[in-house]
Amino acid sequence: MTENVIEARNLGLSFETQDGPVQALSEIGLSVLEGEFISLIGPSGCGKTTLLRAIANLETPTSGSLTVNGMSAEAARLARAYGYVFQAPALLPWRSVKDNVKLPLEIMGLDDVAGRVSRNLALVKLNGFEQKFPWQLSGGMQQRVSIARALAFDPKLLLMDEPFGALDEIVRDKLNQQLLELWARTKKTVVFVTHSIPEAVFLSTKIVVMSPRPGRIIDVIDVDLPSERKLEIRETSAFLKIAHRVREDLKSGHSYED
Amino acid sequence: MKRNLLPILTVTLAIIVMWYLACIPMNAVLTTPKIAAAGGGLANTLAYSWNEVRPVLPSPHQVAREIWNTVFAVAPWTIKSLVYHLWITLSSTLVGFIMGGLLGILLAISIVHTASLEKSLMPWVIASQTIPILAIAPMLIVVLGKTGLPDIFTKASISTYLCFFPVTIGMVKGLRSPDVMQQDLMRTYNANAAQTLWKLRLPASLPFLFASLKVSVAIALTGAIVAELPTGAVAGIGARLLNGSYYGNTLQIWAALFVAAFAAAMMVWLLSELEKQSLKRMGAKP
Repeated sequence: MTENVIEARNLGLSFETQDGPVQALSEIGLSVLEGEFISLIGPSGCGKTTLLRAIANLETPTSGSLTVNGMSAEAARLARAYGYVFQAPALLPWRSVKDNVKLPLEIMGLDDVAGRVSRNLALVKLNGFEQKFPWQLSGGMQQRVSIARALAFDPKLLLMDEPFGALDEIVRDKLNQQLLELWARTKKTVVFVTHSIPEAVFLSTKIVVMSPRPGRIIDVIDVDLPSERKLEIRETSAFLKIAHRVREDLKSGHSYED
Repeated sequence: MKRNLLPILTVTLAIIVMWYLACIPMNAVLTTPKIAAAGGGLANTLAYSWNEVRPVLPSPHQVAREIWNTVFAVAPWTIKSLVYHLWITLSSTLVGFIMGGLLGILLAISIVHTASLEKSLMPWVIASQTIPILAIAPMLIVVLGKTGLPDIFTKASISTYLCFFPVTIGMVKGLRSPDVMQQDLMRTYNANAAQTLWKLRLPASLPFLFASLKVSVAIALTGAIVAELPTGAVAGIGARLLNGSYYGNTLQIWAALFVAAFAAAMMVWLLSELEKQSLKRMGAKP
């Protein structure tokens, strides 16, 4: 039986700003099952990153309930339940690739450090780069190091905040495919924030479409494409149909008008 | 290196030329009768202005000769040797620098970790530096002298007092230099404060630390010299300065000043080398 890895009910979050409170999230209801690949998509300001950060306990919701692995988001963070991949690689520039992947292992005091490092670098196809420093790698490679780092302590849940947003399309396509292979092999649950429709449809088992002011969920789309996907699938009518629905949702959210 | 050499030499030469020229009017009060007695003329003016035995402003070659005589031409561990005096001052400089550096780092770590300390401690840290060191040095030395601490610590306390400040300011900035994303990353690992300090904040602050230390080491030397003045010290660069001004021996003052400046430059250079080496080991872009 699969259980809900993430369960949000009637979740709200508002920020205090100088111009009064801003409702970043409103009445969010979301269930994520084990092994799912969920994409949160929407325009800037729709709260997709805020929702991800709330799941990661980097923001605190102001109303509603949120559980991660059956416990509060804070307890889940303290139990190191998830790996987080940021918009930028956020590598420590004074550490080599190997030592960057080692960082969480050192902090958590885990054993088999060498084995975990080499296994996870292999997973992102970066063996042979162990001794390099971040500035010697391309942006795409740096982001792969940060994915290896997030996976290093083998969390069941992977939270990714527009990890490929800063990369060019060719690199992004390649990394999307690698991410799918990685997901198939590791059976992680993934929550993935993006503002790219093709990326969301290509990667996900479920797409959550969000809209701003206040940040809310306006549609949840099951992606019934085969789990083995090649880039060519983006030309198929099934793919385009789902992409079309996402686009229509985003349009109906009036998201780009005001 | 070659490209840098020309401007450096040009500036040095210009300073030496101006110095030689300045010797003429500065020493005029002593040399005018002598030049007149010798029959005047440019050659006599220069000869007397630049070679006065007890000049108001000694000429560069006189200072160079004095340095040579007191550094190389005497046994190094005698009271006549500048090396001996420099060592006396340098040893308390180093003790003060190390104590000040550690104090500065500790203060910065406390300030970064405790929000209330920033408000309560920072004003005192800044106020401490607004007091002229010449005013507080005699008091500090008298008070610390009563405690029975070895003299070197008493003197070093002035250096400590001066050089903890740039380290605190630089390190507070350095320890706060990791961006929000890197701090969030540590939070997702549930890293404790010590781990975040050790693995993120301290390595990130290293360039700031070195910049501060370079400022500190130079003022630590100034502090050590100032500390020798009110104690009537018999040895040390400060003692040489005091002694020189008592007896109107400007040559001795200038020689001591140049040796002290050279020592400060060497310490800053050493720190730069240390900085280069450590940044290289931390994978900095060459």
